[in-house]
Amino acid sequence: MDAYFDMLSEEISLSPYTGREVSSVYFGGGTPSLADPLKIRGILDQLRKEFRILADAEITIEMNPGTVSREKLRIYRESGINRLSVGLQSCSDEMLKKLGRIHTFRDFSDTFWMAREEGFENISLDLISGLPGETPEIFRDSLEKAIAFAPEHISVYSLIIEENTPFYALYGPSGKKRGELPDEETERGISHLADRVLEASGYEKYEISNYAKCGYESRHNLGYWTGVPYLGFGAAAASYVGGRRFRNAMDDDYLSLPYEECEVLEKEDLMAEMMILGLRLTKGVSLSSFQKRFGKDLMEVYGPVVEKYRSLGALALSGDRLFLTDYGMDAANVVMADFL
Amino acid sequence: MAQYDRSKIRNFCIIAHIDHGKSTLADRIIEMTGLLTKREMQSQVLDNMDLERERGITIKAQAVRTVYRAKDGNEYIFNLIDTPGHVDFNYEVSRSLAACDGAVLVVDASQGIEAQTLANVYMALDHDLEVFPVINKIDLPSADPEEVAKEIEDVIGIEAMDAPKISAKTGLNCEEVLEQIVQKLPPPEGDENAPLRALIFDSVYDSYKGVIVFMRVMDGEIRPGMRVRMMATGAEADVVETGYFGAGQFIPCESLSAGMVGYLTASIKNVTDTRVGDTVTDAKRPAPEPLPGYKKVNPMVYCGLYPADGAHYSDLRDALEKLKLNDASLFFEPENSVALGFGFRCGFLGLLHLEIIEERLEREYNLDLVTTAPSVVYRIHKTNGEMIELTNPTNMPAPAEIDYMEEPIVAAEIIVTSEFIGAIMDLCQERRGVYKSIEYIEAKRAILKYDLPLNEIIYDFYDALKSRSRGYASFDYELSGYIRSELVKLDILVNREEIDALSFIVYAGNAYERARKMCEKLKDNIPRHLFEIPIQAAIGSKIIARETVKAVRKDVLAKCYGGDITRKKKLLEKQKEGKKRMRTFGSVEIPQDAFMSVLKLDET
Repeated sequence: MDAYFDMLSEEISLSPYTGREVSSVYFGGGTPSLADPLKIRGILDQLRKEFRILADAEITIEMNPGTVSREKLRIYRESGINRLSVGLQSCSDEMLKKLGRIHTFRDFSDTFWMAREEGFENISLDLISGLPGETPEIFRDSLEKAIAFAPEHISVYSLIIEENTPFYALYGPSGKKRGELPDEETERGISHLADRVLEASGYEKYEISNYAKCGYESRHNLGYWTGVPYLGFGAAAASYVGGRRFRNAMDDDYLSLPYEECEVLEKEDLMAEMMILGLRLTKGVSLSSFQKRFGKDLMEVYGPVVEKYRSLGALALSGDRLFLTDYGMDAANVVMADFL
Repeated sequence: MAQYDRSKIRNFCIIAHIDHGKSTLADRIIEMTGLLTKREMQSQVLDNMDLERERGITIKAQAVRTVYRAKDGNEYIFNLIDTPGHVDFNYEVSRSLAACDGAVLVVDASQGIEAQTLANVYMALDHDLEVFPVINKIDLPSADPEEVAKEIEDVIGIEAMDAPKISAKTGLNCEEVLEQIVQKLPPPEGDENAPLRALIFDSVYDSYKGVIVFMRVMDGEIRPGMRVRMMATGAEADVVETGYFGAGQFIPCESLSAGMVGYLTASIKNVTDTRVGDTVTDAKRPAPEPLPGYKKVNPMVYCGLYPADGAHYSDLRDALEKLKLNDASLFFEPENSVALGFGFRCGFLGLLHLEIIEERLEREYNLDLVTTAPSVVYRIHKTNGEMIELTNPTNMPAPAEIDYMEEPIVAAEIIVTSEFIGAIMDLCQERRGVYKSIEYIEAKRAILKYDLPLNEIIYDFYDALKSRSRGYASFDYELSGYIRSELVKLDILVNREEIDALSFIVYAGNAYERARKMCEKLKDNIPRHLFEIPIQAAIGSKIIARETVKAVRKDVLAKCYGGDITRKKKLLEKQKEGKKRMRTFGSVEIPQDAFMSVLKLDET
């Protein structure tokens, strides 16, 4: 672990972008809350020295329930972290077990209240839908329990069965438990249910899988979707700056040679990215921003695709904004692929 | 020029079951006779199209001349003629064999004799070729060369005890093959003073020299300046150049006389003038009789080829014209389809020929194509007494105008070992075959004879035959005529719109089955859209099958933050990649492969 933080620190100090203004910081990917909180503080201190981190910057750390002590939370708070993203996944212990999670709903509850007591006023919860054996009733129950904690922000993702995982063997295309996964129609129902229940509880859907109380949209994540440059440090971290996307090496490779890939994004790539990322947002893509950024009219570039999906009721155009309708959100990939 | 001593020439081919090492041995022979060094050789010199190398089959006949200094101290000229290896090109094979005097039979030391081994040996013996066996791949652990030698003697009845036991891969004992070519294969015969007769076994088009005719001189002599006539097509030309085949290059020479293999050029513009099997003779002193065996090969299978992007129509035409320069059996004419726009109706020798042309158009000419379901040539007798030959289902007249229809029939011969006779008879039955006879060629092998409708065998019969006989059946056929048949045109409607390019003609008794399978296949092939898409099959106005492509209802919601963006893009690109090969009909995107899917209806 020491070697990792040494490399991380070295990487930050070698960044050619030091001195830049930073409006958000995010510790995430994996479970950073497992690390020594003093190391996290060290990194944050270093960032403050090397960059101009704004006074009101959003500074988030990802954590799993049961991985933090009161002391850890206190150190996070003292070091300036002001937002927590908690991997709750489900409020049903049965589902958590199926997911292979080590925490229980009780662990989450303890972690959450402890965080509140330590002064965290901006907490986000991650939920997963489409779990094996999940029905709309089970999901609703889990969602309502989560809402009862009154977090400022909630994300809902689908369970994705990744290859080369134990899950894949069971639930992959030829897994014997494949049948336990909810079918597409059930998933659709669950997703619509999430929209309804969250909206009724005062959470606005601002992105395809993210909901927030007014003013608590994740500033950091909004940056990804609106083309704001970002720097990533650490194993497998990605950066997007100066029209290029960089990616660091994974796992232990990072310790010997952090930088791995650089993708130069041409104008067409950037336009396509603006579309596929921007359409994730409920407010969609702004035609004038597109014009300003690329010097081209969006309709001139994507007219036929836009018209095709407008006529199918998947896209809508209102004033300056082009956005996915509720119907389009359900089949977003079909629409987005056409913008590539 | 130096007169060649005919006794020092050997014209031969190598015959083998697929993968027994024919091309590897050819490479070794070329390499060992010193024509090329190992480094200069791209492996498998004779298969020179990329496609041939990939598919491991030879599509066009090739020839190479090498010089071998034998142990007896003499130099021998070897003309090695490589033959195509598929039933579609059987006629070309027979002409290549006719250009040889002997054949080297390669048998795999662990596999032993297989179906093509026999089919090829019989074909070689039919052409009166001397055949000697070579046992290859003796370096494999499972090799049993003694047993295989015995098998060759028992089954084929040729001497095999002194067969060279080699590894063409490592070069082990290959010298012995060269010696046996000298000792066991006969030198060519022929009368140098008789009027010229040369057999055309292939031709290629060269943009500088015109058509280069590959030939074996049987009688007489040919030299530049001579006026020659192709005895079947009647085309005449003045010979500009004669020569022989280096590896990958043409080497001019003063003349070619009886017994020699080489080429001629004569500013011939069109390969249709120099058809495979035709006889080249001296226009001033013509031979009284052409060489036997010429026939004009007609296309057996037709399909529509369309550019995926209509703007590439003229590129497609140019590409077809170029391919036609080298391929006299390729036929094409313009046609147009409501669904696909402007394209060409093309005729081929068989399905492999079709696939090869299609792949070459896509690879060498970078064209994106849509191919419609292949069709044989049907004869339609109309009530007004007129007979039309139908190569495109779309042109089928209204039922009221049709008196009756006929379809082409082939006489098929299938050689199979006794244990699979039942399975193969079942297959022929399913394909509407009419049993003719069975004849045992030895205790455990028989020739089954059937009359089969051509449209039942062009698609996947060969594959079915192979799978039901575990690869042991060999198959040959010849068009034998037309018979009256109950045929109907099946139309396909996607999203209630008829797609003319998907129509096909089918035997009435199979219509329901085919319609159902076609709809199922299309359902699997057409990606889900934002809306539901009905797929229907109809005869006239009657719907006989239906399937539905369900609408996309819900995508998986994945995170998409900094590091996920590249991955997300790749996923979408993959989705898009699938779409690239699609054609839009109304609001439905249909993958180009769907047009060929009718071919694969019998796959599960």
